[in-house]
Amino acid sequence: MSGPLLAVENVTARYGAVLALDDVSLHVEAGEIVTLIGANGAGKSTLLMTICGDPPARAGRIRFDGADITGQPTHRIMRGGIAQAPEGRRIFGRMSVLENLLIGAQAVAVDPGPELARVFALFPRLEERQAQRAGTLSGGEQQMLAIGRALMSRPRLLLLDEPSLGLAPLVVKGIFAAIRRLNAESGLSVLLVEQNAQAALRLAHRGYTLQTGRIVLAGTGRELLARPEVREAYLGG
Amino acid sequence: MIYGLIAVGYTMVYGIIGMINFAHGDVFMVGAFLALISILALGAGGIAAGPAALLLVLLLTVAFTALYGWTVERLAYRPLRGSFRLAPLISAIGMSIVLQNYVQIAQGARVKPLEPLVPGGITLLTEAGFAAQLSYMQMLIVAVTLGVLAVFTWLVTRTPLGRAMRACEQDRRMASLLGIDTDRTISLTFVIGAGLAAVAGMMYLLRYGVIDFYIGFLAGVKAFTAAVLGGIGSLPGAVLGGLLIGLIETFWSAYFSVQYKDVAAFSILVLTLVFLPTGLLGRAEVEKV
Ligand SMILES: Nc1ncnc2c1ncn2[C@@H]1O[C@H](COP(=O)(O)OP(=O)(O)O)[C@@H](O)[C@H]1O
Ligand SMILES: [Mg+2]
Repeated sequence: MSGPLLAVENVTARYGAVLALDDVSLHVEAGEIVTLIGANGAGKSTLLMTICGDPPARAGRIRFDGADITGQPTHRIMRGGIAQAPEGRRIFGRMSVLENLLIGAQAVAVDPGPELARVFALFPRLEERQAQRAGTLSGGEQQMLAIGRALMSRPRLLLLDEPSLGLAPLVVKGIFAAIRRLNAESGLSVLLVEQNAQAALRLAHRGYTLQTGRIVLAGTGRELLARPEVREAYLGG
Repeated sequence: MIYGLIAVGYTMVYGIIGMINFAHGDVFMVGAFLALISILALGAGGIAAGPAALLLVLLLTVAFTALYGWTVERLAYRPLRGSFRLAPLISAIGMSIVLQNYVQIAQGARVKPLEPLVPGGITLLTEAGFAAQLSYMQMLIVAVTLGVLAVFTWLVTRTPLGRAMRACEQDRRMASLLGIDTDRTISLTFVIGAGLAAVAGMMYLLRYGVIDFYIGFLAGVKAFTAAVLGGIGSLPGAVLGGLLIGLIETFWSAYFSVQYKDVAAFSILVLTLVFLPTGLLGRAEVEKV
């Protein structure tokens, strides 16, 4: 397959009169971890959601694996090989851990067995707690569940929105190690939105910075870490 | 019992899309009429009453009423999804009026009587001139209601469709992020709710033998009361509420006056809303932002 796995081309998105994304272009190659960093309200979550068609792109094009997915309904996009662990985790609190995982697989009609085994191998904590109500999990466990649920559809591209938010440093380390392992072992492509710019840029192959709806910088993780404007804005000087 | 079946439909639709489906009682009424039409048609076709014929009536009634439920959702509610909260409510009241008038025109305003299809019963005990009787019809109604509720509970708690319905109830946007077609899931919710109302309609017809185009309103209010009493959004609550309303009505009729039995349901609705807004098995809405 030639061309990138995901290509976002000159995309604009708005909430009513608010312009949230302004002529944004980026791409993710197969097997890459790409991170998107930016301040609160920059439009990072909106970009991940617009890739999933909700809110839809008002201008520009989004291609996945060469096919134009702009304007498709969300459920159809998600059945085509993209999965998201969204901001705030959004697990189904009144369902069991196991049900949360199973529901991740049911729409794409993959046999949940092998995926479940892989998710449990990655996060053994979820296996221990599979019968528990998901709403009673700790924050770190909920994040594992949100990622595990996304993996259940056997995606080729995983969108992660601030997986480290509100978690203890040790837990964050575990989550980042899991992302690295997924990418290294199964070649999963990842688009990672993070406030924790230092850790994200170290983990990612490449990165972009987003500022009030516009991409301002792009480069490898190492390059961005060395840029003075990145150090100043996102790494605390 | 019958109210429980209707109440489940209210609670289900409310739980998933946060809307009181005011036309639900009228879908029940349509179900009762469809059951009557099926029975008369089968009678004209020479098929006598019997378990097989009743089953056939049940299937026909459920199928056609479900079709009504689907149509109502498509025409009156889906186009309004995403608009302001009151819009589908107004549309529901409109739909209720449409259904009532449509049946009134199509079936005539006269009351429809029906001969009892399942006569007889057993006498439980006779004592000092009183006889406690249990008719076969009452037993049939209880059995069918319990059976339907059991199947329905299994569907909601154990199947992928039920899981999708609960996911839509908790976080519809997230459900679509998992590839679930939420519009389709909501349509199916209406269809299943209408199917339950159809069963209730048929049971009502068998029990009372008399129906008119206006039964939907009263039954609707009582079922809505049952749903609120049980805790709106809670399925076991709807069943419990239905049972309680039925019992309260029976005792009210026995001790006070039959003419005022409808007052009982309204009083309970008001009392519940004032003193116990979350109902018996309801939960406080703290999770929704
Ligand atoms: N549902 C919404 N309705 C209206 N405005 C929104 C909504 N979600 C986000 N916004 C606005 O869009 C902009 C980008 O938000 P967001 O994508 O959440 O940023 P980030 O994830 O980078 O913090 C912000 O100005 C925010 O206020
Ligand atoms: Mg965000």
